[in-house]
Amino acid sequence: MREFAYRRADDVPGAVALLGGDPDARYLGGGTNLVDLMKTGVERPARLVDVRRLPLDRIEPTDDGGLRIGATATNSDLAAHPEVRRRYPALAQAVLAGASGQLRNMATVGGNLLQRTRCGYFTDVTAPCNKRAPGSGCPAVSGEHRNHAVLGASDHCVAVHPSDMGVALAAFDAVVSYETADGPGELPLDGLYLPVGDTPHRETALPAGALVTGVTLPPAPVAARSRYRKVRERASYAFAIGSVAAALDVSNGVVREARLAFGAVASRPWRARTAERVLTGAPAAEEYFAAAADAELAAARPLPDNGYKVTLMRNLVVAVLSELAEEAAR
Amino acid sequence: MTTAPTAGRTTRAGAVGTAHTRVEGRDKVTGAARYAADLPFADLAHGHLVLSTVARGRIRSVRTADVLDMPGVLTVLHHGNAPRLDTDYVGMLGVPPDPTAAVFQHDRIPHAGWPVALVVAETPEQAREAAEALVVTYERQPHDTAFHAGRPDAYPADGHMPAVTEKGDLEAELAACAHVVDEEYTTPEEHHAMMEPHAATARWDGGRLEVVDSNQGTTWVADDLVRMFSLEPSAVRVRSEHVGGGFGSKGLRAHQVSAVMAATALRRPVRVVLTRRQMFSLTGYRSPTAQRVRLGADADGRLRALEHRSLNQTSTVWEFVEPGAGPARVMYDADAHRTANEVVRLDVPSPTWMRAPGEAPGSFALEAALDELAERCGVDPIELRLRNEPGRGPVSGLPFAGHNLAACFREGARRFGWADRDPRPGVRREGRLLLGTGTAAASFPAGAMPSTAAVTAQADGTFTVRIAAADIGTGARTALTLVAADALRVAPERVRVRIGDSDFGPAMIAGGSAGTRSWSWAVTAAAEELRDRLVPGAAVPPEGITVRSDTTAAIGALTPKERHSFGAQFAEVAVDVTTGEVRVRRMLGVFAAGRIVNPLTARSQLVGGMTWGISMALHEEAVRDRASGGLYGADLAGYHVATHADVPAIEADWVDDPDPDDPVGVKGLGEVGIVGAAAAVANAVWHATGVRHRSLPIRPDRVLRAGGPRV
Amino acid sequence: MDPSTSSTVTLDINGEKHTLSVDHRTTLLDALRERLDLTGTKKGCDQGQCGACTVLVDGRRTVSCLQLAVAADEREITTVEGVARGGRLHPVQQAFLDLDGFQCGYCTPGQICSAVAVLEEHAAGWPSAVTDDVRPEAGPPPLTPEEIRERMSGNLCRCGAYPSIAEAVARAAAPARTEDEEAVA
Repeated sequence: MREFAYRRADDVPGAVALLGGDPDARYLGGGTNLVDLMKTGVERPARLVDVRRLPLDRIEPTDDGGLRIGATATNSDLAAHPEVRRRYPALAQAVLAGASGQLRNMATVGGNLLQRTRCGYFTDVTAPCNKRAPGSGCPAVSGEHRNHAVLGASDHCVAVHPSDMGVALAAFDAVVSYETADGPGELPLDGLYLPVGDTPHRETALPAGALVTGVTLPPAPVAARSRYRKVRERASYAFAIGSVAAALDVSNGVVREARLAFGAVASRPWRARTAERVLTGAPAAEEYFAAAADAELAAARPLPDNGYKVTLMRNLVVAVLSELAEEAAR
Repeated sequence: MTTAPTAGRTTRAGAVGTAHTRVEGRDKVTGAARYAADLPFADLAHGHLVLSTVARGRIRSVRTADVLDMPGVLTVLHHGNAPRLDTDYVGMLGVPPDPTAAVFQHDRIPHAGWPVALVVAETPEQAREAAEALVVTYERQPHDTAFHAGRPDAYPADGHMPAVTEKGDLEAELAACAHVVDEEYTTPEEHHAMMEPHAATARWDGGRLEVVDSNQGTTWVADDLVRMFSLEPSAVRVRSEHVGGGFGSKGLRAHQVSAVMAATALRRPVRVVLTRRQMFSLTGYRSPTAQRVRLGADADGRLRALEHRSLNQTSTVWEFVEPGAGPARVMYDADAHRTANEVVRLDVPSPTWMRAPGEAPGSFALEAALDELAERCGVDPIELRLRNEPGRGPVSGLPFAGHNLAACFREGARRFGWADRDPRPGVRREGRLLLGTGTAAASFPAGAMPSTAAVTAQADGTFTVRIAAADIGTGARTALTLVAADALRVAPERVRVRIGDSDFGPAMIAGGSAGTRSWSWAVTAAAEELRDRLVPGAAVPPEGITVRSDTTAAIGALTPKERHSFGAQFAEVAVDVTTGEVRVRRMLGVFAAGRIVNPLTARSQLVGGMTWGISMALHEEAVRDRASGGLYGADLAGYHVATHADVPAIEADWVDDPDPDDPVGVKGLGEVGIVGAAAAVANAVWHATGVRHRSLPIRPDRVLRAGGPRV
Repeated sequence: MDPSTSSTVTLDINGEKHTLSVDHRTTLLDALRERLDLTGTKKGCDQGQCGACTVLVDGRRTVSCLQLAVAADEREITTVEGVARGGRLHPVQQAFLDLDGFQCGYCTPGQICSAVAVLEEHAAGWPSAVTDDVRPEAGPPPLTPEEIRERMSGNLCRCGAYPSIAEAVARAAAPARTEDEEAVA
C-alpha cells in the first residue's frame, strides 16, 4: 500500500471539494472493499476523503410511502430498520445475506453499490484483467469462470457484481442521488451501471468526482410481499453464485404485479424486466413462473463452466415465486 | 460399550479420564496468550517476502536500488546476496528439507509464488510497500500444472510407506466376482488454512540464535535451522509457546529462514509474518488426488479383489507422497490385493502433510467405493464392513494391537438410529429437500516417537514438567498436566507444564496423531522415576529435584503390530436439488482411539476433525489457473472452509480402547476424526439423491448438473 | 512522520484514551498490535475474510483489519482485553472456557467479541439471514442454534470448534436458565 493523504469531510459540499475530481483520490466509506483493494494493490490512491461521518446516515420513510436511505447508513442499520423490514422485506433479507455481521456494521449503502467485483483475476494484480488494466485481456473467458456472468457480459469481461443489497434495490426501482461540484444529480439504479461492452473498466455513469449521497425507493406496495433468496458455495459468509429478489402481487390466482431481479449473473444487479412482463396478468402457477424465467434467461450466454447458472436461476425463480404465491393464497 | 483390559499401572482413578478445562484457557479467552507475532521486541525490524509472479523460469534481475531508497527500508535479501545454506541432509522426520524453505539460493523459479526476495524495513507498512514496489524481472519458461489421472509421467513413489503392495491375481479374481465396483474418485488441492499465519522473529542474543515462532515442534525447527545454517546445536533456541493451528503445515518454512538471514545481516531482531495470500504457495497443502478403486466381491459381499491406486502431484523440487492407497492396507483384506501410490512432478508448490495425509482423501475413495459395493450386493453398508474385517494386517500380516471398529459401528448405529434406515436412495422428501444418511469407517495409525522430558519437584510442593511439546490446539498442555499429575499421584493443580521450547530437549512434533502419546510416555517415565526418588516426609532442596527421561529405548523395544485408532462416521444430509445446496443436518462419530486423557478436549479434537470432513466434502477446493500456474482466488473468500452455519451439532464419542502396550493407554485422535467423514457425507448425498458424487467438493453446480429425482 | 501521510489520533480503548501518531496506512488492527501492545486482537487474513480481528467500535463489532486507524479517531473501542470487567470473565468468556469453545485459541478473541455483539444485536431485535419473517410485526426471532450459527458465521474457526462455540453463545445468552437446568440435572 502506498502512502496516502487523508482528510475527513464535514459536509457533502466539503467532501466533493476535497476530492476535487482528482483521479488519484477516493472517497472512503466503511472501507470494507476499498481498504482491502488497497492492500492487494488493486487500488493505489494518493488521497482518501473520509465520508463515513457525513450526516447522510438517516433512513426515513417518504410521505408517499417510499423510503429515503442515506449513503452512509450502514448495511446493519438498513437491515434492522422497521420500515425497511415492513415495506421492503426482500431488501432487509438481501442485506442480511451479504458478508458478515462485522462487515455489515462497517459497510455503507453508497459503498455497497459501488463495490468492485470479486473476480479472482481482478483482485490479483499479477493477472491480466481488462477491468483493472484496460487492454490486458480477460483470463476468465478461457480460464476460471464458474462464478462468472451469463447475462450482459462481453468477451472483454465476464465478472459479476457482488452486491446482494443492489439486487433488491434494483427490483424496487431505486434511484441513486449524488452530489458533484456542479450540483446534485440522480440516476435510476438500472442506469447507474454501464454496459460492459469493450470498456469494462468504466463501471458507472456517475460523473467524475461524484459522491453518492443516498438512495430513494419509490412506494411499492407489491414489495410488502417480497423475498430474497441467495445460493452460495457455503451456508454463510460467501458471495452469491446466484440470487433472486422477487415481489409478487396476486389477486384471484392472477399475477397483478411482479418484481424480479437477479444477482451474481451479470456485471450489475440484473432487473428481469422481460420475466416481469411475462408474469404480469399470467396465472400464478409454476409453469408460468418457469416460462417467465426462461424468457429472461433466453438472453443468457453461458461459458463452458457456468451454464449451471441458467438452471439455477430458473429453479430459483420458480421456487421463490411459488413460495410468494403460496403465501398470498394463505 | 466394550470393555478391555486396563493398561499400565497408572490406570487408576485420577486426573486422566476426567474432563478438565484447558490450563491456558483463561489466557486464550482474555487475549493474554501471546502467539508468535504477539511478543514485543525492542528495535524490531519487519521483513516482507516477495514472491515470483511466473510459474517457471529464471530471475533476470532484482532491482534493489530504488527500493533501498524508500522510507524505512533497511535491506533487501535475494539470491544475489543471501548466505548459502546446506540443504543436503535428512531431517528429524526422516526426509530432506523442502527447498522452498531454503530461500534465495539460486535464480531458478520452480512455481508461481516462489520466494525471490525479502524486504526489511522499520515498520510493517514500509516493508510491505517496498516489497510491492520491488521490480524483479524474469525469463519465463513454459509451465505445466495440469494434474489429472493418466499422466504418462506419473511414477510410483514410497514416501513414508512402500509405493506398491501386491498379492494374488487381481484380474482373475475380479473376473470371478459376482459384484464389481470400478470407479475413479478425485479430491482437489486443499489448504491447511489455520487461522494464525506463519510468523517468526529471529534475533541473536549473546551468541545464540533465538527464534520465536509458530510451529509444531521446536526441536524439529531448531534442528533444521542448525543444519541449514551450519550452526552448533547449542547455539539455536526455538520457542513456540502458543500456536494458532498447524495441521501439518508448521515446520520449517521461508519465514523462519529469511528472518534468520535478515537478523544475521542486520544484527537486530527481524520478524517475518506471511500474508494469507503468501501462505497459499509457501506453506504446503494437500495435493489433489486422482484415485481408482476396484472392488470385487462374492454374492454375500465378501471381498475377493481390492485395488486402490492413488495419484498425487508434487513440485519439481521436493517429492511428497499423499498416500491415498494407505488405508486399504489396513482396513480390508482380499485374496487379490493391490495398492499403489504414485506421484507426478509439476510446476506447482510443494505439497505436504495435512491433517490425515493419505487417510483423508484415500478414505473418501475407499469408503465411497465400499458404499457402492454395498448397494450392488444389497448388503447393509455396516454389515458389509463387518463381514470384511481383517483378522490381521492385510498387507503386513501383523496382529492388530486392538481392533474395535465393530464396537464403534454397533454403538454408532444404535445412537444414530441406523436400524430404521430405508436403504433405497432418493425417496425421503421434506418440501424441496431430499434427505439421506450415510456411514463410513475410519482409521489412523497410532504411533509413538522417542521423546525426552524433565520433571522437577520444587521445594514448595509443586512440580514442573519441561518437554518440547507443542499445543497447536490439541490440548496437549492440559493432557500432559493430567498425565503428570497421575504419574506423580498429585492433584493437577500442583503440576505446571512448560512446552514449546527447544531447550527442553528432543521431542516428537505435534503431528501424526502421535504427540500426546509420545509426550505422555516421556512425561510418565520421568514423573514415575521422580516419585520413586522422592522420600516421603523429606524436604526438597531449594534447587528442586529433577529427573529426565528418554523413551528411545522403550519405544524401540515395542513389538511390531498394526496399531490404529478406528472410528465409525455417520452423517445426515439435506439436498436441495433445485439449487444444488447440500447441508449436513447431523453427524455422529464413534471412535476407538485409545485411552482418552481429557474427555473435554478429546471430544473437541474429534469434532474438529469431523468438521474438516464436512468442509472437505462440500466446500474446500483451491483452483489452479492453468494459464498462470498460480491459484485463482488465493484467500479465505476464494478458498472456502466451513463456517458456523455449515456445521450442525456434531456428536463425537468413543468406546473403551486402551492400548495395552502404552504406559498411559493412549493411541491418538488428532486425525482420525476427519477420516471417512467426507465419505459419510458423500454416501449420504447418494442416499438422498441417488447420485454418486465421486469428485469433491460436492458443489452446488455439480449437484445441479447431476440432476436427481424431480421434487 | 510525514505530516501529509500521517496523523495524530486519539483512540478510546477499553476505557483508556491513547493519543498516537499513525501512518495513514496503519489499520486499527496494526495500531492495537504494533503500537499499543494490545495483541489479544489477532490478524488471521488481514482482508476481512476471517473475523479473527473483530473488536467493538462504538459498541458495534467490526473487523479491525479493514478499519484504518486514522478513521477511527475519537471512537470507543473494546478489544478482547476489555471484555472482562474487574477480573471477572464476561459470561461469554466463561462459557467458552467451560464448554471448550476453542482449540488453538487464535480465532477466540474475535469469536468472543463477535459473540458479545451478537447477544446485543439480538437483544435489539435485529433479524438475521435465517430469520423466517423479518417484518417487525413478527417480533424478535428466538435465539435458536441456527440463528447463533448464522450470526457467528463471520468468524472462521479452522480447528472446528463451531459446535461448542454455538453452545457457549447460547449459554451466555441465558446463563440463569442454564444454571437452573444444571441444578435440576
